[in-house]
Amino acid sequence: MGDISTDLEKRFSVAEFPKGDGSRVPYKVFSSQDVYDREQERIYRGPTWNFLGLEDEVKSPGDFKSTFIGDTPVVLTRTEDGELAAWVNRCAHRGAMVCRLARGNAKSHDCVYHQWSYDTRGNLLGVPFRRGQKGAEGMPKDFKPANHGLRQLRVQNYRGLVFATFSDSVVDFLDYVGPDMAGFIDRIFHKPVEYLGCTRQFSNSNWKLYLENVKDPYHASLLHLFHTTFNIFRVGMKAHCQTDNIDGLHSIILAIKEQENTGDAYKEQNIRSYDEGFSLEDDSILALVPEFDVLATNHIQPIFPQLVIQQIHNTLVARQLLPKGPNNFELIFHFFGYADDTVELRALRVKQANLVGPAGYISMEDTEATELVQQGTVRDGNAHSVIEMARDAPEQKNTLITENLIRSFWKGYQKLMDLPTTKTDGEHGA
Amino acid sequence: MTKDLMVRLEVQCLLDLYIDVIDNDRLEEWPALFVEDCLYEIIPRENEDMGLPAPVMRCDNQRMLRDRVISLRNANIFSPQTYRHFLSGLVIQSVSDAEIAFTSNYLVINSNQAGQSFVYQTGRYLGGLVVTAEGWRFSRLRCIFETSRVQTLLAIPI
Ligand code: FES
Ligand SMILES: [Fe+2]
Repeated sequence: MGDISTDLEKRFSVAEFPKGDGSRVPYKVFSSQDVYDREQERIYRGPTWNFLGLEDEVKSPGDFKSTFIGDTPVVLTRTEDGELAAWVNRCAHRGAMVCRLARGNAKSHDCVYHQWSYDTRGNLLGVPFRRGQKGAEGMPKDFKPANHGLRQLRVQNYRGLVFATFSDSVVDFLDYVGPDMAGFIDRIFHKPVEYLGCTRQFSNSNWKLYLENVKDPYHASLLHLFHTTFNIFRVGMKAHCQTDNIDGLHSIILAIKEQENTGDAYKEQNIRSYDEGFSLEDDSILALVPEFDVLATNHIQPIFPQLVIQQIHNTLVARQLLPKGPNNFELIFHFFGYADDTVELRALRVKQANLVGPAGYISMEDTEATELVQQGTVRDGNAHSVIEMARDAPEQKNTLITENLIRSFWKGYQKLMDLPTTKTDGEHGA
Repeated sequence: MTKDLMVRLEVQCLLDLYIDVIDNDRLEEWPALFVEDCLYEIIPRENEDMGLPAPVMRCDNQRMLRDRVISLRNANIFSPQTYRHFLSGLVIQSVSDAEIAFTSNYLVINSNQAGQSFVYQTGRYLGGLVVTAEGWRFSRLRCIFETSRVQTLLAIPI
């Protein structure tokens, strides 16, 4: 029996937050193996819904896709009766990965090591030589295949987005994200979607740096100079930034188009981003065909922990964010369109893929920035960031110059991870 | 035989010039190696094999190539890096009055400021050449790659 004081000591040794309001983040959360291991247990195997893919990726009975929850390999399948299922890709016999392909179609999944065979739901179908052969005894009489299936996960499909969880107790997906976030998901997933393929980006930085990034409208026009160089997106544009109002782990940034040119704000402040010298020779890449209730150029919506829904102009992506150890993450951009797209609109979505992904005009710098943070902080785990922008206006939702979403995220993270706040409210380590 | 050899040399010459322009940081010359109405695309093989269109980069005219260069010179932020291309297995697929079609393997080694060189991308080119008043130019160049996990970002064309 561990007593309370050793438990507390253990928590403090993992990481402690200098303040409880999410405005000070100890850098060790970006590189500590202990923090990482705790995340795998408390987040990815905890009460969260994890994005596995688009329903359209596993259209037909037998279709499967290998993916991950955190760093645990899992497989998403479409069963014979058309339902969705997911299981941990670890053989119940001696632990080999059962499914070895990225995608495919199969009625059963056979482990190559000793050919234990499972159905699409992960139930054990057969064990070679179970009844023995020529005097060999086989499996013991009390061996019950029903007890030796693959670890099966709860799966929920919300409007074509498929999520799974290890947790038996987490509330249904809709309650997990709450009505506000569901409304913004519905904005994009209001009709059937079609998978258009994926692109992948690997970054030598911690996964939470990417989540901070997609909750950080403050950086958009400062880091991504494409916006301002070609006059696309300006501070002063109408914005809507809010969290789920539950634990603050999910959020939305909408940048809403308005006609007024706000370039003057930059000229006055003399920020390096301002440059009126360039224009695109082919500006069809920035077309915005109205197709949503609110005419927004950017919809960036992280659904914690491993999904970011994105609409940028007319390009639509479900980004899957996967941790690969404390110091690396992978982003998988699942492009999609609507089943009823016209040929022209589909072509525009593909053309606007140039805006996002690893070579994205307005996104490629994100991993550059997260890697700079990783390199800058790796040796200073007890130092911390300073996240103060708009801290005195926690209710303000209509500006991009805010770090409210990031603070909400860290508060929710600290709670889910059960990490303590330093008792004395000092600035040590800065 | 001589004609086949000449075709092969024309393709090789243009590819060598292409590599020279990219690897030695003369990107401003890169768009002019294509005709106005061209296709340049970088797409993961997993999409190509499934018949899915999502690209990493896709320019369907020469103006878009010039926009890429302007953007990566003035707008995009990335750390200094150098490619070295290595090509092998050039095959001329067909020759007609309209176009020479070819395929070739490529390997791109990327070197960073710290002096590390690593395999950045391997794949194959699927391309077409047409003759213009200025000489041979690419009508299309598609880069279909297996190194699907792009390391950090992709700014410079492949
Ligand atoms: S480890 Fe899978 S059958 Fe033995
Ligand atoms: Fe960004």
